[in-house]
Amino acid sequence: MPAVTETIETVQSVTESGYKWGFETDIEMEFAPKGLNEEIVRFISAKKNEPEWLLEWRLRAFAAWKAMEEPRWAAVKYPPIDYQDSYYYAAPKQKKAPKSLDEVDPELLRTYEKLGIPLREQAILAGVEGAGETPAEGRMPVAVDAVFDSVSVATTFKDRLEKEGIVFCSISEAVQTHPELVRKYLGTVVPQGDNFFAALNSAVFTDGSFVYIPKGVRCPMELSTYFRINAKSTGQFERTLIVADEGSYVSYLEGCTAPMRDENQLHAAVVELVAMDDATIKYSTVQNWYPGDAEGRGGIYNFVTKRGACRGARSKISWTQVETGSAITWKYPSCILQGEDSVGEFYSVAITNNYQQADTGTKMFHIGPRTKSTIVSKGISAGHGQNTYRGLVRIGAKAHGARNFTQCDSLLIGDLCGAHTVPYIENRCLSAKVEHEATTSRIAEDQLFYCRQRGLTEEEAVGLIVNGFCREVLKELPMEFAVEAQKLLQISLEGSVG
Amino acid sequence: MLKIEGLTAEVEGKQILKGIDLEVPTGEVHAIMGPNGSGKSTLSYVLSGREGYEVTGGTATFNGQDILAMEPEERAAAGLFLAFQYPVELPGVGNATFLRTALNAQRKARGESELDAMQFLKLARERMKALAMPEDMLKRGVNVGFSGGEKKRNEILQMALLKPSLAILDETDSGLDIDALKIVADGVNAMRGPGFSALVITHYQRLLDYIVPDRVHVLMGGRIVKSGGPDLAKELEAQGYAAVQAAA
Ligand SMILES: Nc1ncnc2c1ncn2[C@@H]1O[C@H](COP(=O)(O)OP(=O)(O)OP(=O)(O)O)[C@@H](O)[C@H]1O
Ligand SMILES: [Mg+2]
Repeated sequence: MPAVTETIETVQSVTESGYKWGFETDIEMEFAPKGLNEEIVRFISAKKNEPEWLLEWRLRAFAAWKAMEEPRWAAVKYPPIDYQDSYYYAAPKQKKAPKSLDEVDPELLRTYEKLGIPLREQAILAGVEGAGETPAEGRMPVAVDAVFDSVSVATTFKDRLEKEGIVFCSISEAVQTHPELVRKYLGTVVPQGDNFFAALNSAVFTDGSFVYIPKGVRCPMELSTYFRINAKSTGQFERTLIVADEGSYVSYLEGCTAPMRDENQLHAAVVELVAMDDATIKYSTVQNWYPGDAEGRGGIYNFVTKRGACRGARSKISWTQVETGSAITWKYPSCILQGEDSVGEFYSVAITNNYQQADTGTKMFHIGPRTKSTIVSKGISAGHGQNTYRGLVRIGAKAHGARNFTQCDSLLIGDLCGAHTVPYIENRCLSAKVEHEATTSRIAEDQLFYCRQRGLTEEEAVGLIVNGFCREVLKELPMEFAVEAQKLLQISLEGSVG
Repeated sequence: MLKIEGLTAEVEGKQILKGIDLEVPTGEVHAIMGPNGSGKSTLSYVLSGREGYEVTGGTATFNGQDILAMEPEERAAAGLFLAFQYPVELPGVGNATFLRTALNAQRKARGESELDAMQFLKLARERMKALAMPEDMLKRGVNVGFSGGEKKRNEILQMALLKPSLAILDETDSGLDIDALKIVADGVNAMRGPGFSALVITHYQRLLDYIVPDRVHVLMGGRIVKSGGPDLAKELEAQGYAAVQAAA
């Protein structure tokens, strides 16, 4: 049962009831005008009825952004983005829904089918009118905060979580209901002026998720969010903040394995994680946004800033990501290992096929003594895809006994793609130990033939071999995600052989 | 029945098979012997459809089907199995996953229902027991870190699970200790019957003491130069290829 169904159903039901947040009634405009200026920032803040401090915070971010240059150091190429030619605020609006599956793009349906998404769910995903009205049986206990365009429209399983004292809601809701928590932590891991895209996000973020796990609480279910880019020419600026208080545990799932179609679109999310003493945050992402067509037209530009702070002793933050979508991925989930004996982990699979480009990796900042980090990166390039691992391991002077282990493996399929590894290591502590291993390999002809002799098609063989290559990362994913991710890897590589 | 007529093939522009004629009637096991580099493995790759092994003439049919026109996986689904001389490693791919994927791919291609994880595990355990293979071989990566003998036994396990109607065993006996040799031979003999034929490629008469062939063929320089009963293998062992060829 895909974790996403829950959300889609929720989104659907809300859509059908015409968005009870009622933007049509009390707000004259659904869209803020195109472009970005101080007024737009004020407009967004006013729409969300934000307190003065948050508006000030956004304005400081905007001022910082104006003075910044778009970074160009990543190994990705794309035409200049015209930031004034985009909408920064769009409420979801009712689109003309297809009447039945017959009206849906057959290629999209074919992919759903390969993912094993049942017919009824396919209809929901494709937005067919009236689909998903009856709830599915036997679903996984996954709580979902749906981000549909810019406005978070629904949250489920709230009661159960509330009983434990867990806060799981959209960040705009949290601003209203838990302003003290938001104010205490927002921007403390990724400051407004951190980088160009983070500053942009801080100025205009429209929604995202907020999670607070109180002391000693083990979150009883996987928390899941599901981002969807829907309206045309709408940049997405999600802001997620997760705080795990002392001795707590939470596993958070972001993303969706079903493919999302759209025009070139900028996506600049910020995710901040804070783990206090003995707390653990596990953050898993499956990213499958529209990568563009086989010729490299269209596709999402994904410029994300994700960072976790292990503030407390023995705290742990673990990032797991499976990146198969987007035309461009620029993403470095990082850990600031402040608390003594804290642990940072980064497990990543990034696939680039056709003309996709990915520049992704992690940064591990070892500050506290005996801090430990593990980095396992699996890059797969096919077609004309370009895949870069970029990592930084920085060990500060006081990080006595710190340890890092990095393993970067690249797999090439075909002769036109590329894999690049750019590891930076800065060690200012003699007693620290840093290990780095890197390999580059190809799928060998004898491996393919061996599989085909046993009855697998060439595509199945590639899928199997690629899944084997990624095994160390996939096993870190929660079960319900892992199965979908495996199928997704195979689908992402379709047409890459033969 | 496997029927090969005038089969010629080249590898990297070099002609290796120079006109093979061979018939293996259904239910029979034939042995192929021949010096190193004579084209035995090439014949097995040509029959199973490996890329780079280009057929330049002749025909090969299995139960009337033109197998040379089929994709490798179609030949597999049609019942052709090759136990590799050098089994290939697939890092990270669990042996159980591989076997189940292969079995289900073939079942699907034949229009049969797929086995779920439990059904598969039951079947696999049963077959492994017969081959005296420890169960942890299922969890390990396909052939990764397997000893030479374990790799060969793993090939036979695959054969036992996939139940082919035509098996080509390419030097499956090489590198096996005596006990393993018996186990492998038992595995093959257990499959013998009206619906099963095999081509057993070997350098050693010893294997043929356990798998007694219906016919023995000598492949030299890309041609079958001599065929005979099980005694031919003994003759070869005693006199060597040169003498046998001179007498042919
Ligand atoms: N991929 C290849 N590239 C170049 N030459 C090849 C290739 N494959 C086979 N050959 C050549 O074809 C000839 C036959 O090889 P083949 O592997 O079929 O011999 P064989 O009878 O199986 O030998 P052995 O008993 O040593 O296994 C050899 O001369 C070999 O070098
Ligand atoms: Mg050989």
